[in-house]
Amino acid sequence: MIAIIDYGVGNLFSLVSSFAYIGKDAKLTADPEEIKSSDRIILPGVGAFADAAQKLRDSGLWDVVCEEVKSGKPLLGICLGMQMLFERSYEYGEHEGLGLISGSVRPMNEVVPSEFKIPQIGWNSLKFHGEKSKLFKYINEGDFVYFVHSYHGCDCDDALIASTEYGAQITAAVASGNVYGTQFHPEKSGEVGLAILRAFCEI
Amino acid sequence: MITKRIIPCLDVRDGRVVKGVNFKGVSDVSSPVKLAKYYSDSGADELVFYDITASFEGRALFTDILCEVARTIFIPLTVGGGINTVDDFDRVLKCGADKVSVNSGAIRNPSLIYEAARKYGDQCVVLSVDAKRVDGQFRVFAKGGREDTGMDAIEWIKQGVASGAGEIVLNSIDTDGVKKGFDLEMLDAVCNAVNVPVIASGGAGGVADFVTLFNAIPKVDAGLAASIFHFGEVEIKDLKQTLYENGINVRR
Repeated sequence: MIAIIDYGVGNLFSLVSSFAYIGKDAKLTADPEEIKSSDRIILPGVGAFADAAQKLRDSGLWDVVCEEVKSGKPLLGICLGMQMLFERSYEYGEHEGLGLISGSVRPMNEVVPSEFKIPQIGWNSLKFHGEKSKLFKYINEGDFVYFVHSYHGCDCDDALIASTEYGAQITAAVASGNVYGTQFHPEKSGEVGLAILRAFCEI
Repeated sequence: MITKRIIPCLDVRDGRVVKGVNFKGVSDVSSPVKLAKYYSDSGADELVFYDITASFEGRALFTDILCEVARTIFIPLTVGGGINTVDDFDRVLKCGADKVSVNSGAIRNPSLIYEAARKYGDQCVVLSVDAKRVDGQFRVFAKGGREDTGMDAIEWIKQGVASGAGEIVLNSIDTDGVKKGFDLEMLDAVCNAVNVPVIASGGAGGVADFVTLFNAIPKVDAGLAASIFHFGEVEIKDLKQTLYENGINVRR
């Protein structure tokens, strides 16, 4: 069973539906026991970093997620869920993240030229970095995925597995050991996105 | 590079898609699920569902349909029509919508944009504006384009973005239905006024109009149309191929 962490942020209908569509058993849960008994974990997230981090702490699931990851369980963070894997975020102040990926989250307008609109909303293509990640087993470099974000992962070269071009090189996906994260929304990226979720289920 | 988006719009009444032609391979073109799947498979980058139902019962049918679409189509879904309160946002977001478009509801109650953006994020709130030239000014029209509000469209859009609207759909009443191309002048004025994505609507008569749109106004992010896709006059696959051949970046 795939545990989709339900800590009160965002709209998870499509995420749950996408796993059902590819025939995988996924469940929205905030129950530590259920998360411990799962095969793999999805950390979703939409909204503001500080608010989401606080909610994850308040739910008591922050430590559960960290412990499960340390035990070797595959984790995929999506969008803000990916950003929360980093050590810290500079979205409205400075906030501590889960620290599962080295690096920080910073406003895109620091690196993106002013003629580019922020947030980045839309379909952009992937450039792979390093050895092709297991997450991309079923997709190709240049495939398009759907992004909606104003902040991006920085100083994470060691973990960078894909980037996208938006006036600057922007982190699209990261991996470190059994921890994975995508800035884009696989559950909104059509066949390519479903193929990424399928690959995650096979890691 | 980020791509220009092509967005078909589907009008839904009592849970069925209004009007349309028979597409090859689509047995029931009034089925929102089948039509959505057809568009998604053809390369649509996003879908807009516009609820034109008047009755309460029809509204419930709409959300059932939306859930069904969101269980089978995994591209962004925007919902518009009858969105007057934050509860309306909640109702459609729970059924798998990613963005919600407000029009008359925001004119009646401008704080709706702010309240919804604060609760669901700017990216979730799309301000849809029907505008028409009156006395040398772009004027906002309400109630499906029937009522002149007296408001200046550029000012209204700026105010909407300041309140938290994350995207603008600009529908020009002057070019809508004429099929002679998008309203480039009006779009240019809006694109220069705000720095959020602008979606062009109203006036597409063929593939060439999209090429002209993206070449003339590079700041426009997306083109939206209903009837030309719906009546099979333009196939999304062909449209994207032509855009690509004209050097416009699209997802293929």
